[in-house]
This record gives sequence, structure tokens and C-alpha cells, in this order.
Amino acid sequence: MKESLAKFLQYKWSQVILFTVFVAVSSAALFFSQKSVTAFLLLLSSLLVLHYMKLKNVTKWIIALGLLFILIPLASSGGPAFQSYMDVATMVGIYVSMALGLNIVVGMAGLLDLGFVAFFAVGAYSYSIFATPQAANFMPFGTYPLGGESFWIFLIIGGVVAAIAGVLIGIPVLRVKGDYLAIVTLGFGEIIRILFNNADKPVNITGGAMGIASVTPPEIFGIPLIFPNQFYFVTLVILIFTIFTVLRLERSKLGRSWKAVRENEIAAQAMGIPLVKTKLLAFALGASFSGMMGVVFAAKQAFIDPTSFTLLESFTILVMVVLGGMGSVPGVILGAAVITILNLQVLTELATWVNQLSFSGIISIPEALSPAKMQKFIFGALLVAFALYRPKGLIPAKNKIFDEKRLKETQAHSDMNATDQKKMQS
Amino acid sequence: MLLEMLQSLPQVLIDGLALGAVYAVVALGYTMVYGILQLINFAHGEIFMTGAFIGTAFFILLMGMGWVSSVPQIVVLIVVLVVTACLTGLLGMGIERVAYRPLRNAPRLIPLITAIGISFILQDVIRFIAELSSGNYIVTGPSLFTNQLTINFSSISSIFNDASFKTSFLIVLVTAVILMISLDYFINRTKWGTAMRAVALDRETASLMSINVNKTISITFFIGSALGGATGVLFAVQYGTIDPFIGFILGMKAFIAAVLGGIGNIRGAMLGGILLGLLEMFASANLSLLTGGVFGAEYKDVFAFSILILVLIFKPEGLLGKPTAEKV
Repeated sequence: MKESLAKFLQYKWSQVILFTVFVAVSSAALFFSQKSVTAFLLLLSSLLVLHYMKLKNVTKWIIALGLLFILIPLASSGGPAFQSYMDVATMVGIYVSMALGLNIVVGMAGLLDLGFVAFFAVGAYSYSIFATPQAANFMPFGTYPLGGESFWIFLIIGGVVAAIAGVLIGIPVLRVKGDYLAIVTLGFGEIIRILFNNADKPVNITGGAMGIASVTPPEIFGIPLIFPNQFYFVTLVILIFTIFTVLRLERSKLGRSWKAVRENEIAAQAMGIPLVKTKLLAFALGASFSGMMGVVFAAKQAFIDPTSFTLLESFTILVMVVLGGMGSVPGVILGAAVITILNLQVLTELATWVNQLSFSGIISIPEALSPAKMQKFIFGALLVAFALYRPKGLIPAKNKIFDEKRLKETQAHSDMNATDQKKMQS
Repeated sequence: MLLEMLQSLPQVLIDGLALGAVYAVVALGYTMVYGILQLINFAHGEIFMTGAFIGTAFFILLMGMGWVSSVPQIVVLIVVLVVTACLTGLLGMGIERVAYRPLRNAPRLIPLITAIGISFILQDVIRFIAELSSGNYIVTGPSLFTNQLTINFSSISSIFNDASFKTSFLIVLVTAVILMISLDYFINRTKWGTAMRAVALDRETASLMSINVNKTISITFFIGSALGGATGVLFAVQYGTIDPFIGFILGMKAFIAAVLGGIGNIRGAMLGGILLGLLEMFASANLSLLTGGVFGAEYKDVFAFSILILVLIFKPEGLLGKPTAEKV
């Protein structure tokens, strides 16, 4: 019985049918009973199911895009909770993109960066300074705030500025080895936060601890983007760009040299990989994704202050990468989604539930043990448990396997061609 | 400007010494563990914080008993110090057993990650124990040794201001010095100290020389954590108010001190700690004066981290360490 079931599940069309039923049921449930968080999570988890299905990559991508662009916004649009679902989905997108950026640094190049949120902050501040009257305090020319169309340019500027910050931090930092790197990056993360926190005097650049409020909303074709469902699509486009880039990078020459540096620096250097350049590129590219998402975050929140960029944020992103599997792109996406949803939905839901229970007098749980406050404990336990028992994460990284025979054949073929050409020339 | 700096110098020296003594003893824990395992024990700052909380809890408990008030305060302090040191030492050993020993042969990134995890768990556990028992996680201990003393520096030379301090400053300084001297004796003169140095030098060879490596590492953790916990008590006595998040940044600073003195080097950590404490106090007193008000005292953390970066770039072996060539 069990065997035949397993066989049935291995069959492609049965998978497709079951998947369709699953998606249909969960989206219908979401559409008709709006308050059901479970249905929303089930619909999101269909993407994970899709990852394991026996289909061609292209088909999977098309189905995933269809789900993300059409079905999820449509299914959750049936009632008043629409915007809050879209808000969560947007945050998931932002964190997934950041985790993918950190994955380049930690997972692929093996450099433990504990101050990653600094780049997010750089991106967020670069947009919000210029999209508010704040910039008029120190810029000698131009009128501020800039219009909402500038958001699209700032997506690139934010990425570039963050990349430059990455290189600037990287140059002194990368001379130090391994564990020192963790401390130094952590220090830099704090330094950047302290700078933003105190850069309101002598010239008011960042608004100091007060932060920057009422950031101009982005505009496209004259329509200002204000609602989370609009940001959902913006985030989604950037996220897909990020995933595509990261996947391409992983298989490129640069990606292979990152992995070589991670495994053994000295051996990699002996093989002719320029160490400093490779590491700096990892820092800069990882930072740029984070910076881009910082711009989106600033535009979405319309208010930023230094408390959004604390050490805990850096560690949260690290937990996402470790949980998902260092170096594995699908793993990191899963890890980031799980942690963000845990943070934003599950813990808050649990906290209100516990509150209701103790309010109605069924059980009394002291305020100190409220699930919303347990974040650090959960993260710590996850880090320890995964490092001890599953160091490769939820979805371990896979290296592309080359077929040795075919490689040799093509090699021989091209060699023959080369010798033929030489003969022709002589 | 110079005159103003000189005027405040005596007070800066005294505050700096108190802070530096705390840094120095905590730095010892980092440097010992790094010397023996090449691992940055991120949880060490949290052990320091746990020590501060255990110590404060004991103080509150003891002060609640009537007969204790007839005992001299110094005796109470010694009892609390010893008990706290033992408890945090055991905690450190436990952490090593659970989180680091199984990973001794794993890639070096992995134990660092468990160290961060452990430090998060400790922070949160202490937070909710404190919050459960007193309703607030910021705890103020009983005030001890609060006699104000003043040294008349102005009578020596008129360019100095007078400096004042509490008796607790002397207690912190003397205890820290005693701890450091006894540790130095332990490392250099006793059998276990020799074993620790041997394991730090070469683990395999040491085990061939019939040294029990696991036990030696456990003892290293015990001593490092006991020192950290004891310093936590001193910190609580000196500064009064503690919260579960003091350990992280202070731990970082102590680590910077260890790097400044040369990581793995016991005397270097002591020197680095005192030096960093003095520099930091000097910076927080004079930064705004030196830069004409552009950078204020809130940049003192930035200052400490820039010291770390400068040391790592220009003298990565630290002040007292010896440069090592990497073997392939």
C-alpha cells in the first residue's frame, strides 16, 4: 500500500493534479474566509511543494510566477485583511532579497558578516534623505524633496551606494582573517548605526534619533504608490531580478571562485584566484541587493529611524541564511520566508491568542513569557540546533554535477578542432 | 584646550582604570579560550552579564537576612564573588560541553554561529527570569561601598582638578588585580597551567604527552567564565544598575582589548584592557573638545572599534603578541 502510494506520488501527472487541487483549495479557503492565516500560509507553501515537483525548471518558473503575480494577490483580495496579507508578503520579499545578498557573503564566499544590516540602512537612508526636505540642509543645489519618479533611479543609486559602502568596509576588513572578520563587521554595523543616530548635528543630515518622516511615495506613470499591494508588485519584480542574478552568479566563474575561497583560501590563491578582488566583489554584490531593498523599505514605511537597523536585524538575516542552508539559494529563500512569517504573523498571532486566554482567565501566562518577546530565544535555539544537528540547513546546497564522460568527449572534440585549425593555418 | 584636558585628567584616569580593570579581566576569558581553541567565544560577554545578575540576586537575598547587616560588607562581597564565580564557571563548562565540543572538527564558521546562538539564549533566559521575579528586566542592586572619596590633585599642581570616586572603585581595582595576579601564577607556575599552555601550543602533541585535552579545555572554560562572572559582580557593585544587554557590547570591547594586547597572550589581555579603558574614558571626556564639537561622547564606541581596526591592519599580532607565519 505504502509503496504503491509512493509510486503514485512519483508519477508526474498525479503530482500535477494533486498540486492543482492543493492550490485551488487553499486559495478558495483564503478567498472565502478572509481571516484564516493558515490558508494564506498554505497557499505560500505551495511554492515549496512546487520546488520538489518533477517538472522542468522552466515550467516550474512559469507556474511560480503565475502563483505570485496573479493567484496570491487575487485570492487574498476578498476582504478587509487584504492589505495586511500584502504587507506581510512584501516584507517576506524584502527579507528574502536581503538574505540572498548575505548568502553571497556568508554562504558562498564563507565570510561571516555580522553587520549586514548596515547596507540596508545605507540604502534606506540614501532614498529617504533625498525624498524629504532633509537634503536641503546640506545640498547646495537642487530642490528637495525630489519627486516620486526618482524612486526608480534611487533603486539603482541605493544599490550602488551600498556596494561602495561594502567595498569601503571591505578594504580594511578583508586583510583580517576568519573570525576577526565577524567582530570587525559587527563593529562596522554598529558604527554606521551610531553615525546615522548622531548625524543630526552640526549639520542635520539624517534626523538623528528622531528619524526621517513622510518620505515621498514612489510614483509610476503619475500614480503614487501608497498601498502594500502596490509595493508587493514592486518588491516581487526586484526579488525575481535578484533570484535570477544570484542563480546566474552562482554558476559563473566568480561564483566558483567564491566557493573555492570558502573551502580553502590558500589553495584558491595557488590556483590563481585573486583573493582580495573576489572577496570585495562578494561584499559589494551582497551589499547592493540589501541596499536596493533598503530603498523599497524606506518608501514602503515612509518613515525610518536608526532603531530599524540594530544588531538584532543583522542576526535575524544570519539566522535566515543558516536555517535555510548556507550557500543554497532555494534554502535561503525558504529560511527567510519562514523567519519573516514567524516574526510578523505567527509570533504576534500567538501573543494575542495567549493574551486573550489569560484575559478570559483560562490560564495565566506572565507578560515576560509572551511569545512576541521570545524572538531572541527562538533565534538562539534555532542557531544552536541547526549548527549542531543540521549544519547544512533545511535545503542543503547542491553543486552542479558534471558528467565526466561527456565533458571528456567535448574536450577531445574541441581539441581536435583546434589542431585541425592549426594545421589549416600552417 | 590642552589646559582643559589636563584639568579633567585625574578624573579620567580614575574612571578609566575602573573600566579598564573590568575590560582586562573579561578579556582574559576571551584570550584564554582563543589561545586554546582558536574560537571567539561570543557567549563570554553574556557569561559576564549572567555573573552580574547572579551576584545582584545574591546581594539582594543576603541583604534581606537580618543578621547579614552585622557582617562586614567586604566579607559579604567575597562570599558573593566566590559563589558567583563557581556558578558561572560551571555555566561556561556546560556551554563548552554542549555547544563547542561536538563541533571541534567542524568548519570554523559553525562554532561561531552556535556561540552567537548561545549568547542570544542566555540574554533572553536572563531577561525573563529577571522580569518574572521583579517585574522589570532592568535591575538595581543594593548600594554598597558608596563612601565618596576625594583626592586633592589640585594641591599637587594647580592645573589639575580634584578627582572623586566611590570606595567601590578601590574594591574593583584591588579585586581585579588579585584575580589577574593569581591567574598569572596559575598559568605559569602550576601543573594545570602548564597543561593549558601545552594544549594551546599543539593539541595533538599535548595529548601524546598524556595530557587530558578535553579536561584541560573544560578547565580553561571554567576559569575564564569564573573570571568573567566575578567581573560581572564587580561591575554591578561599581555601576549599580544592570540589564541583560550589557554583556554584548562590553564583551565586544573586552575582545578588542584582547586583540589590542595580542590575542592568546594573558599579560597582553591585561595590558590591552587597562589601555582600552583609559583610552575610551579619555575619548568620551575629550572627543567633543578635540573635534570642536563635531563628534561628541556618543562616538566613544566608534572610537573603540576604530582602535580594533587600526590594530588589525597595522599590528595584527597585538602589542605583546608574537607574529606567527601561517603554515600550509
